[in-house]
Amino acid sequence: MSAVLASKAVAPAASWHASAAARRRAARWLAQGASIAAFVLLWQWLASVHAKLGIVSFENVPTPIAALQAGRDLIDSGKLGRHLGYSLWRIAAGFLSAAVAGIALGLAIGRFEPVRRALLPPLELLRPIPAVAWIPLAILMFPSAELSMIFITFVGALFPVLLNTIHGVDGVDRRLIAAARSLGTGRWQMFTQVILPAAAPSIATGLAIGMGTCWFCLVSAEMISGQFGIGYYTWESYTLQNYGGIIVGMLVIGLLGMGCSALIRLAARLAMPWASSGSAR
Amino acid sequence: MTATTTPGLVDIDHVHMEVGEGAGRFEALHDVSLKIEPGQFVCLLGPSGCGKSTLLGALAGHLKPANGTVRVDGTVVDGPHPDRGLVFQQHTLFPWQRVIDNVAFGLKMQGVARAQRHAQAHELLESVGLAGFESRYPSQLSGGMQQRVEIARVLINRPRVLLMDEPFGALDALTRARMQQLLLEIWSRFRTTVVFVTHDIDEALFLADRILVMSARPGRIIEDRTLDFARPRDAELVTSPEFVALKRHCLQLLHRGERDAPLPRMSPLGASLASS
Repeated sequence: MSAVLASKAVAPAASWHASAAARRRAARWLAQGASIAAFVLLWQWLASVHAKLGIVSFENVPTPIAALQAGRDLIDSGKLGRHLGYSLWRIAAGFLSAAVAGIALGLAIGRFEPVRRALLPPLELLRPIPAVAWIPLAILMFPSAELSMIFITFVGALFPVLLNTIHGVDGVDRRLIAAARSLGTGRWQMFTQVILPAAAPSIATGLAIGMGTCWFCLVSAEMISGQFGIGYYTWESYTLQNYGGIIVGMLVIGLLGMGCSALIRLAARLAMPWASSGSAR
Repeated sequence: MTATTTPGLVDIDHVHMEVGEGAGRFEALHDVSLKIEPGQFVCLLGPSGCGKSTLLGALAGHLKPANGTVRVDGTVVDGPHPDRGLVFQQHTLFPWQRVIDNVAFGLKMQGVARAQRHAQAHELLESVGLAGFESRYPSQLSGGMQQRVEIARVLINRPRVLLMDEPFGALDALTRARMQQLLLEIWSRFRTTVVFVTHDIDEALFLADRILVMSARPGRIIEDRTLDFARPRDAELVTSPEFVALKRHCLQLLHRGERDAPLPRMSPLGASLASS
């Protein structure tokens, strides 16, 4: 009886708290939406009056409405799927091969001193070279433009994955390794059961960074060679003076890059439930 | 619990040990010889940095003596082995594995099927009072619970010797007292040989059948004494006159070799541990 009374007394207060939180959240969303809308309006105005602001000119910048129209044209032309398909395929091929190579090399370099001495110096020399700078050489080295573009995305993702894997292996608590040895862990088991999971958070960071550089490199590579791909579409829009298409390409690249990174983070969270489970006590 | 009591005869024969790198290398143990009977509970008692953890490291097989041999049941120790379970001061549970999988880890390494190793791990968790915590991650446990999981993980291998390096040193006083009681309960069931390193005189006298008091660097054994306090022991023991007299004696022994500045703590893995 008293419990019922108490719950009745508490209920309105609780719902008031809940609705207050919801109202605060709604206000925040509203403010963010308004800020974006204001930004788009400013852009529309600057582009429609062909504003000239000192060194920056909006004379040839398409308006948001023109960009919207270009987006509709792209969908109507039926080429969007092809552009996306090619880009995503190149990202998948370059990123996955970089992930496999980077993690395998990183584990070997991190764990075996002779491998580190043999492989790390040349890799350190190649590391500061931006992947984009490889484009001319890649075109010379590979039989097709397709392979050279995949190679560029591979190079872009390789170093973040490799370096973070090495860092992760270096950071494995050596007491964990000692404990595992005392529990009867063999050489190979040490890799699969201890080193890999212990380095996993660092490897996941490397993969997320690598995915970002992958997109950056792909778009640059596509602008130079290829007939399809979202980077190619963006550049083609410029050369064909379809300026609205430039904006469409930029937005699609941004969205896909964001989506792929979110996918990596989601996969990492699912694969490492321990990393996000804070201490309960 | 169907514990097959394994022997655990420890024979340390004229062991000298050096730890550290290059110019920082020093003699940590000087000519230590001792025998431990199977099933005996021995406490190594000494000031920080006296080499007691180094001796434990040699028993575990993580450190190699410069001279002399360490044998367990007649076999020379030349590397880590599940027969010699090691418990650290700070737990070394795998943060990516749930409690049940941490405890079952040793069986997994032996290739025991999942259902079977989980059944055994569950049994062990029950015996350390952690039934119901199987699916927690180590970070979700308190310090005392983490050490209990660590002990269960080592015991699943049915070790001949249980090596413990100040396992309760990082716990608060109340939890530590409870853990000591629990350890004695577990030991009365498993009857494995225990070598327990501590610098806490009360802890050593409360737990051990026999205490070995060590002097500071280079470590030597300066007192080897068998304790005949009746078992099972409880908190009353600590205030009994015999206990207090023995404690005073140990304090004098430890003070005799006292230095101006305490030495840095060492570990069973070498001179110092950056990661601990």
